[in-house]
Amino acid sequence: MTTAAGTRPLGIDPPGTVHVSHDHHELGFLRKYIFSVDHKVIGIQFLFTGLVMLLWGGLMAMAIRWQLAFPWTQMPILGKVLFPETGGVTTPEGYTMLFTMHGTLMIFFVIIPLLTGTFGNYLIPLMIGAPDMAFPRLNMLGYWFWWPGILCIIMAMGAEGGGPAAGWTAYPPLSTIEAAAPGSMSGQTWWLLAVTFVGVSSMMGAVNYVTTIVKMRAPGMTLFRMPLSIWGLLIAALLQLFALPVLTAAGFMQLFDRVFDAGLFTPTDVVINNTNPETMGQAAGGSPLLWQHLFWFYSHPAVYIMVVPAMGFVSDIIATHARKPIFGYKPMVYSMSSIAGLGFIVWGHHMFTSGMNPNVGLVFMSATIMIALPSAIKVFNWLGTLFRSRIELNSAMLFALAFVSMFIIGGLSGIWMAATPVDMYIHDTYIIVAHFHYVVFAGSVMAIFGSLHHWFPKMFGRLMNETLGKIHFFGTFIFLNGIFYMMHQLGLAGLMRRTADPYAYETYAALQPMNQFISICAFCLLGWQVFFVFNFFHSMFFGKRVGRNPWKSCSLEWQAPSPPGHGNFDHQLEVHHGPYEYAVPGAAEDYVPQTQPSPQVG
Amino acid sequence: MAQLKHLLFRLIVTALFLAVPILGVWTFVNADQMHVWFPEAVSSFGGEIDHLFSLILWMVGITFVATEVLLVLIILRYSRRDPSRSHYTHGSHVLEMVWTAVPALLLLFILFSQMGVWSEVKIAPPHEPSDPYSRENPLMRVYASQFDWRVRYPDEEGNFEGENVVESAYDIYVPVDTKVFFDLVSRDVLHSFYVPNFRLKQDAIPGMKVPVWFEAREVGDFDLICAELCGWGHYKMAGRVHVLPQDEYTAWLEGQREALYDNGSED
Ligand code: HEM
Ligand SMILES: [Cu+2]
Ligand SMILES: [Cu+2]
Repeated sequence: MTTAAGTRPLGIDPPGTVHVSHDHHELGFLRKYIFSVDHKVIGIQFLFTGLVMLLWGGLMAMAIRWQLAFPWTQMPILGKVLFPETGGVTTPEGYTMLFTMHGTLMIFFVIIPLLTGTFGNYLIPLMIGAPDMAFPRLNMLGYWFWWPGILCIIMAMGAEGGGPAAGWTAYPPLSTIEAAAPGSMSGQTWWLLAVTFVGVSSMMGAVNYVTTIVKMRAPGMTLFRMPLSIWGLLIAALLQLFALPVLTAAGFMQLFDRVFDAGLFTPTDVVINNTNPETMGQAAGGSPLLWQHLFWFYSHPAVYIMVVPAMGFVSDIIATHARKPIFGYKPMVYSMSSIAGLGFIVWGHHMFTSGMNPNVGLVFMSATIMIALPSAIKVFNWLGTLFRSRIELNSAMLFALAFVSMFIIGGLSGIWMAATPVDMYIHDTYIIVAHFHYVVFAGSVMAIFGSLHHWFPKMFGRLMNETLGKIHFFGTFIFLNGIFYMMHQLGLAGLMRRTADPYAYETYAALQPMNQFISICAFCLLGWQVFFVFNFFHSMFFGKRVGRNPWKSCSLEWQAPSPPGHGNFDHQLEVHHGPYEYAVPGAAEDYVPQTQPSPQVG
Repeated sequence: MAQLKHLLFRLIVTALFLAVPILGVWTFVNADQMHVWFPEAVSSFGGEIDHLFSLILWMVGITFVATEVLLVLIILRYSRRDPSRSHYTHGSHVLEMVWTAVPALLLLFILFSQMGVWSEVKIAPPHEPSDPYSRENPLMRVYASQFDWRVRYPDEEGNFEGENVVESAYDIYVPVDTKVFFDLVSRDVLHSFYVPNFRLKQDAIPGMKVPVWFEAREVGDFDLICAELCGWGHYKMAGRVHVLPQDEYTAWLEGQREALYDNGSED
């Protein structure tokens, strides 16, 4: 018990224990900011690292957009770094590397870590009234396991021959037989290691989140008194726990194929690049479809990992800034849970045209179409919450409203894809690209921006600038719709994704102007983010100082000092009711914190 | 003054959110002129698939406009700075039932409307005794490999190996108004046989022979595009499907066979 870290709970506390922090001896800089076991510091570490990765992934997207707007021309600035040997002109192998890296970075290094790593870490203990995570050291390890992943993905991109080239979905045999993609070489192996490390990191997080939420809630904090953010994070963590092992195992299988020529995904009698792997002594007799099943068994639940926490955050932001209880709290919880449950039996909708037995396609279509139902229920409940409320149109609220508005589009377009005959036409076209960017970018990334505005005062004790926030919001909203809405149209015209130069085809010849419009919107979108970057860093040091509860919010995190010290709370907490008691008739103020007993609240 | 500023701001936000459904609908209406709309459907089931798409488009489109407009109206109306408090409620059982049951019925309707066409295309192709080809007796076999398409037409005994097998690269010739059955195979990695005008897409998998069929209803030349990432040359894995009138098709095949025969006898 020499350090403060040592005195904090390393195991599971009996339910109801609340640790009040009194001891405040100084930790060294390293222990306090680098190798910290404090969930808040770890959350902020995830935040900074994730934002840097977001920039990296965003730059990859710009390079993709340049090629699609002006194929095989010299790319300004970025081209010199990415393709020095051609003077900045994208190469065909380079293009496959670009979209592989973009997808991988955004999914495994940006959205999942920002939602669960950042907000999961930061919010869970604060919102349930716990002093820290159940396993603080494991939590620290979770962050530090991310770094080998980052190093591996850097190695992958810089690998000899041009980096991984099989897409974020890494379908074999393209991904497993080196001769199939001469550009990939060791790049794909580094890619697999990177995804594995990130997976281990997420797993450590998930174990921690579930344990903490189940075992360390403050007295009175029943499950149905938890804020929806916590429900979202809990459900996402459960999804990780059940789905990630499958991806990890599948990743090792692919690694065996690449490193030991195990042939698990290589069928017999293929001739790749003039060689039959079997004559080279490699094993064969495997099935390429097996990977697709395993991959999507993880990755479909993963797309919900990328949205369910965001749904929770948005609910909290809306209730707070509209000063109204969440409409249908329990239906919200049930619909998030059923999205997660159904999410395990819909993976085949990514494989309708894969050659899988078409009868099975019917089953997957049924489950997938029905998964739109809980999504619809959530949207109606958000509308119900906003109805007859008092909406404060600040930046946090604007981003949350954008989430709702954009999620409607992404959810509805999913229905076309779920319809097997229609999907036969639109599968792997730009309408798919539009669909998932509406949910992941226009949905989850908007929710992340909103959440940063909302929880920034807790994290740094200062407000973000509202004017800059609004300017950032308007530009982002306009440009993202300019980009992604038009992608629906390209998809309906039949445009394939992952195509470096579409205009040679008669079918696509007329599509270049639209692609140029989209690319220009994309460049503007990236440029517009300077408002965010400036606002974020400037406000961190010069923003308006605020007290504990600047938004007059009911949930527990606002009872702690801003920013909270070690152990989070400086007084004993007891929870008396749900987290959304706004506008309670007869109450003295228009909100009743969860810690405050009130005769008016049941 | 502050009030006026706030009103202006609310109106801007409203306009922004309202622009999404308005411009969204506008794009769909004008997509044809902007050349970002479906290419002409020329296969027997292409029209049915477009019809199913439009069916969903109407249902989804109405829901989209209705919910977005409702959201916008709510934002506009309830962002007034009103000193009174929000309406205090935790929900309504009746409303939850309604907005669960109604979408559920609509979704079930969509679900059942899709099954027929899927079954026709992938599970149980329609077959009449007069059809010259069937799954057991296909017209051709299509081979995909990095980065080209090859097609073989069997000899008179139906063999795909041997001297009298007609082979063609990149160009696929098929007769019009005939149910064309073929087997799709890949020699190396995954590919996908995608003819936008046919509304047909099927992945080619090494180690598997996937049965595919279509019936072209119009004579013409159509793009064949690889729709599954297959390596650096994926973008240029192009082919053409030439739909010929019946007699021209027969004449073409005969010509090919004669050429084979001539070559064979010269050796
Ligand atoms: C209303 C519920 C939804 C339905 C019915 C739905 C349906 C589908 C279907 C059928 C596909 C496969 C399309 C194809 O490849 O042909 C798909 C792809 C995808 N969806 Fe959704 N979806 C829904 C919501 C979401 C959400 C909430 C997210 C993420 C937050 C998401 C992310 C994705 C992604 C990332 C892909 C593409 C993966 C890839 O091929 O690279 N979807 N969706
Ligand atoms: Cu999915
Ligand atoms: Cu291809």
